Amino acid sequence: MPSKKNNYKLMQGNEAVAQGAIDGGVRFFAGYPITPATEIAEILSNKLPEVGGKFIQMEDEIGSIAAIIGASIGGVKSLTATSGPGFSLMQENIGFACIAEIPIVIVNVMRGGPSTGLPTSPSQGDVMQARWGTHGDHPIIVLSASNVYQAYLLTIKAINFSEKYRNPVILLLDEVVAHMRARVLLPKKDEIEVLERIKPTVPPEWYVPYENNLTGVPPMAAFGDGYRYHVTGLVHDEKGFPTSKPDEVERGLRRIFEKIEKGFHEICMVKYHYLEDADFCIVAYGSVVLSSLSAIEELRKEGIKVGLLELNTLFPFPRFAFDKVLNFGIKGFLVPEMNLGQIYREVVRVTERKVPVKKFNKIYGELITPDEIIKEIKKF
Amino acid sequence: MLSNKQLLEKYLRHDKKFPHLWCPGCGNGTILHAILLAIDAIGLKKDEIAMISGIGCSGRTPVYVDFNTLHTTHGRAVAFATGLKLAKPSLHVIVVMGDGDASAIGGNHLIHACRRNIDMTAIIYNNSIYGMTGGQYSPTTPYHAKATTATHGNIERPFDLAELVKTAGATFVARSTTYHVRQLTNLIEKALLHKGFSVVEVITHCPTTFGRRNKMPDPVTMVKWEKEIAVPIEKAKNMKPEELEGKITTGILVEKELPEYCEQYEEIIRQRMKKAKRGTKK
Repeated sequence: MPSKKNNYKLMQGNEAVAQGAIDGGVRFFAGYPITPATEIAEILSNKLPEVGGKFIQMEDEIGSIAAIIGASIGGVKSLTATSGPGFSLMQENIGFACIAEIPIVIVNVMRGGPSTGLPTSPSQGDVMQARWGTHGDHPIIVLSASNVYQAYLLTIKAINFSEKYRNPVILLLDEVVAHMRARVLLPKKDEIEVLERIKPTVPPEWYVPYENNLTGVPPMAAFGDGYRYHVTGLVHDEKGFPTSKPDEVERGLRRIFEKIEKGFHEICMVKYHYLEDADFCIVAYGSVVLSSLSAIEELRKEGIKVGLLELNTLFPFPRFAFDKVLNFGIKGFLVPEMNLGQIYREVVRVTERKVPVKKFNKIYGELITPDEIIKEIKKF
Repeated sequence: MLSNKQLLEKYLRHDKKFPHLWCPGCGNGTILHAILLAIDAIGLKKDEIAMISGIGCSGRTPVYVDFNTLHTTHGRAVAFATGLKLAKPSLHVIVVMGDGDASAIGGNHLIHACRRNIDMTAIIYNNSIYGMTGGQYSPTTPYHAKATTATHGNIERPFDLAELVKTAGATFVARSTTYHVRQLTNLIEKALLHKGFSVVEVITHCPTTFGRRNKMPDPVTMVKWEKEIAVPIEKAKNMKPEELEGKITTGILVEKELPEYCEQYEEIIRQRMKKAKRGTKK
């Protein structure tokens, strides 16, 4: 009998991302060295050629994201990984991928900022940048991994969502998750759902590259496949050509928001831990989830009923989960974050302070410990 | 050879794309014409051509032509093209850029593309000015020339773009002007056929935002200026530096063979896949 033990792997968060990228079908990576994300580039530079993929180290992060957008237009699933300063440099072209509807995945391993900041201590300071970093109203999907195994699964999810919705997807890791090593049992190949982008089936002369349909996501032809069309960062009409006619502009822009709204319940991933009987709910994402789970264990031993709402999707913000949690009869929320309250404000917004919402914040480059969470809960 | 009408019918997008937005007397149409003549002479298939641009007057070129076209962000055309070419090496990738696009905001991407030697052709429309925004000085605005942001005369020394890409390692570098249309077409054709990173710098005229402020208020005067400053490289070799002051050399400035990036990478993939396969067999 083959031992199941052999399938366990000791993996680092960044390693899990790299493996997830390969298993999710990524065959192009462009990046620029930056701690604490570099391992992803290093591993993929080595592994991609083995599966027929390509890696390129670009001259900067602007070039990196430009190259993955170019590769995706060529029909190849593409990903880049970076950290704060590099993420800032990528912002303009994230907007390009939003409006031109090019599937790409950006992994941002958050370190303390602003600027060069705290290289390379953990932080969750880029949450709102992930949502609003590029200029102009734009749709975006932001996922957050809480542990090593999730870093693997959510990388595949990020790839799938980007392909399905033709939109950039940002996967946030904090430095703790990225560099933490854990024993993981990766799912078998046939247990993983890998989505491919929808390609046009009509003859080229019928192809309308940005035409609306029931899903709101038009099929995407790759350059060189016989569908000659125009891709631009300008607001465009259904054919892809620049337009400034108000009705065409509004229709085009509304559609790219609506396609994400249509997928809202699929995209919004949360986990409910110990919430049915809970009096208090911790809202956490990233490595803070691990500290929260330890804290809950201790608190419950003392008879304090605490649960956890774990956010795996940060944007679109999973507001429905809060309605559900409020229905459990929660008396208060605690939002511990390694920033000054970026998700806290979202929680306040969606719960409308029906119950007290408290924050606990740390911005000096150290992770949030279970003891600190226990102390904060006891203050309720 | 196709007549002009046949050429336009074959390669331009006719639905909704015209009139174009270039000013009367602009040189960009001349460059586009030369590009299309070169493509037709070689017989490249429209499906196999990807034309990529950045932002500015040159950036609008792809919208008019019936290829796979990509209009990117300012300065980033070469970086987008790099990803596309690696993803689909069978495409003939043509990047069109302006002087500010290629050498100011996009200068970093340009020099690194030169050194990598990825098989694609960059055509730089050098009109010495930022035209679309109304005439601000660019990295190629001549010393002491006037611009809306240099009303007292430009005190920055300009880049010689052909020299820049030559030094950065481009394996094919050529230069011509919108006056020398036959030579330009011929050079673009050679650049498209070159295996590796090829650059054609085209000195073009912008009477609207450059000429007007620099004593060349109409396109004819500007094109005559191009004629006067151009010195064929063969002739320039026998000229003294003082004689070449204020002139530009034209023709093929560099042509060499070096290993091409995509081909080298394909070889790495072949070897690594073979090795990985062997590894799983044991």
